[in-house]
Amino acid sequence: MTRIKTLVSGAALAALASPAFADAIAGGAQKQATNWTAIAMFAVFVVFTLGITYWAAKRTRSAAQFYTAGGGITGFQNGLAIAGDYMSAASFLGISGLVYTSGFDGLIYSVGWLVGWPIVTFLIAEPLRNLGKFTFADVASFRFKQAPIRVMAACGTLVTVAFYLIAQMVGAGSLIKLLFGLDYAYAVICVGVLMIVYVTFGGMVATTWVQIIKACLLLAGATFMAFMVLWQFGFSPEALFAKAVDVHPKHLAIMQPGSLINSPLSAISLGLALMFGTAGLPHILMRFFTVADAKAARKSVFYATGFIGYFYILTFIIGFGAIVLVSTNPDFLNPALVAAGKNGIEAIRGGNNMAAIDLAGAVGGNVFLGFISAVAFATILAVVSGLTLAGASAISHDLYATVMKRGQANEQDEIRVSKIATLILGVIAVVLGILFEKQNVAFMVGLAFSIAASCNFPVLLMSMMWRGMTTRGAVYGGFMGLMSALVGVIFSPAVWEATLGNPKGSALFQISNPALFSMSIAFLGIYIVSKLDRSKRAQRDREGFDAQYVRSQTGIGAAGASAH
Amino acid sequence: MAASALDIERNPKFKQLVAARKSLGWTLSVIMLLIYFGFILLVAFNKDLGNFLGTPLYSGAVATVGIVIGLLVIISAFVLTGIYVVKANKRYDELTRQIVEESR
Repeated sequence: MTRIKTLVSGAALAALASPAFADAIAGGAQKQATNWTAIAMFAVFVVFTLGITYWAAKRTRSAAQFYTAGGGITGFQNGLAIAGDYMSAASFLGISGLVYTSGFDGLIYSVGWLVGWPIVTFLIAEPLRNLGKFTFADVASFRFKQAPIRVMAACGTLVTVAFYLIAQMVGAGSLIKLLFGLDYAYAVICVGVLMIVYVTFGGMVATTWVQIIKACLLLAGATFMAFMVLWQFGFSPEALFAKAVDVHPKHLAIMQPGSLINSPLSAISLGLALMFGTAGLPHILMRFFTVADAKAARKSVFYATGFIGYFYILTFIIGFGAIVLVSTNPDFLNPALVAAGKNGIEAIRGGNNMAAIDLAGAVGGNVFLGFISAVAFATILAVVSGLTLAGASAISHDLYATVMKRGQANEQDEIRVSKIATLILGVIAVVLGILFEKQNVAFMVGLAFSIAASCNFPVLLMSMMWRGMTTRGAVYGGFMGLMSALVGVIFSPAVWEATLGNPKGSALFQISNPALFSMSIAFLGIYIVSKLDRSKRAQRDREGFDAQYVRSQTGIGAAGASAH
Repeated sequence: MAASALDIERNPKFKQLVAARKSLGWTLSVIMLLIYFGFILLVAFNKDLGNFLGTPLYSGAVATVGIVIGLLVIISAFVLTGIYVVKANKRYDELTRQIVEESR
């Protein structure tokens, strides 16, 4: 319980990942006996996806193929892939684990994590598709001086990707140690190597298909679990809730808000980061360039919203199912903790993040438990692949091809740089993953979302919507957002007190997430600096708006849209 | 491309498309923001509201108002997106096609 509280008051958005990885991150995951069923099923997944990578490699020749699968993904497929990027191991295990310990509070995160999607649909998806080619920096820099905006966008991308990637890697290592009984270092290396293979050989085609397959497996597995739980209660949620309230030590308190959100200011700030961070995540934004046109982009977010919403409702049922079927079954409890007088919820085998995995065992036996474990591993693999591809694209397309070579880079060279960047990012991710094994990295996902919401999103939105923005305004505003998000997180209770070990109450900002302030700073910075900008360049920036606006609205001249 | 950006911007159909997209997109965004932050504020002020979210759904029920509201927020996100896509499919694509046609 104390863990949940620190986590929540502190790690803010990190709660997205942190409940899942709380044990992992604390380095507390104990190694389990080697689970051969799970390993066999995972091996099948790996062989199958490597087959896809081989097939994809043969058709990945051009830069467009490598970055965006040549724009040949349909709206429905892209919807599944986006949902796959979003349904990470953190949201699957973390939210069901949070429902398991606290009931209603888990729902608050599900809701926050979903509501960014409609906003993306309404305001971003179509103009983004019409303006962009490979990365969101294509859009953000459309009518501006290329080098400064690209450098800023690449910084925003790489910082977001790096923090997200470290958190995923550390989580992956511990989770796999727990699920498969593999050594932490082997698990991290295994994830790193597979991810490098997928991305370098198969590019976006392979990354997308790995994501789609995993999304289908995860949706099918979660559906089966929720079905089995409800079936035991004659498909009456009321009966399920009644039994859960009866056996949970907190009783009726699990049906109402607990201690998750205490101050309205914190709540709103967290809400902003959740909502608009989604609209600034580079690996998600990149997915919009894999479809043919604005219409397909619009459709894909609709499907994604449906899948993600459905999935969150399932995790809610799964969490309650675990309360009833796992916490009452001694087979799934840690005998040492039971002997120490812990209740069923606290004594769950492997920690609360294992609620969904243990429930799989309870409703489907050991084979199904192996299946869900393999799916959890596949999930991590697919998410880190997407992240790495986004980071590598920022290096090769934005920094190398546009800034260093001033847009004159040879396409094959650009792809080569991208593959080298993937390799380097992969190695860095593995090394940092191993270095951070025992560290608390929960705040890193929160940081990634805050930066996405405070740097990437404001620049992107203003560049598309506001004629008055200038190069100088975008660069100053973007960096101010990035820095203020960084400073806000470092001096927040989660990092300053919980991670760096300073005394309680000494953090400069007693707010869990800086988004409310850092987003305002970014928007104000862009507005004021642009307004004061009287340079020649500023005039050209503003004059460029008409051409950009027409293209963003109609798609005239858009990449791939008219490639028939 | 025959027509310049400024020519296209003067096309009444372009104005129609932009106006339609702006009003629909921002209206739905504001509705979503109101729903979501309404929910967050209900949670934040739940104690002051006499544990409104913990009220049983009907007398003797274990399910609470809060759970139903939370699920409704999830469903509303999907429904709003659906409304947008249906309306956009109906209006934008045809208008866009005509504008592209006329600008050749």
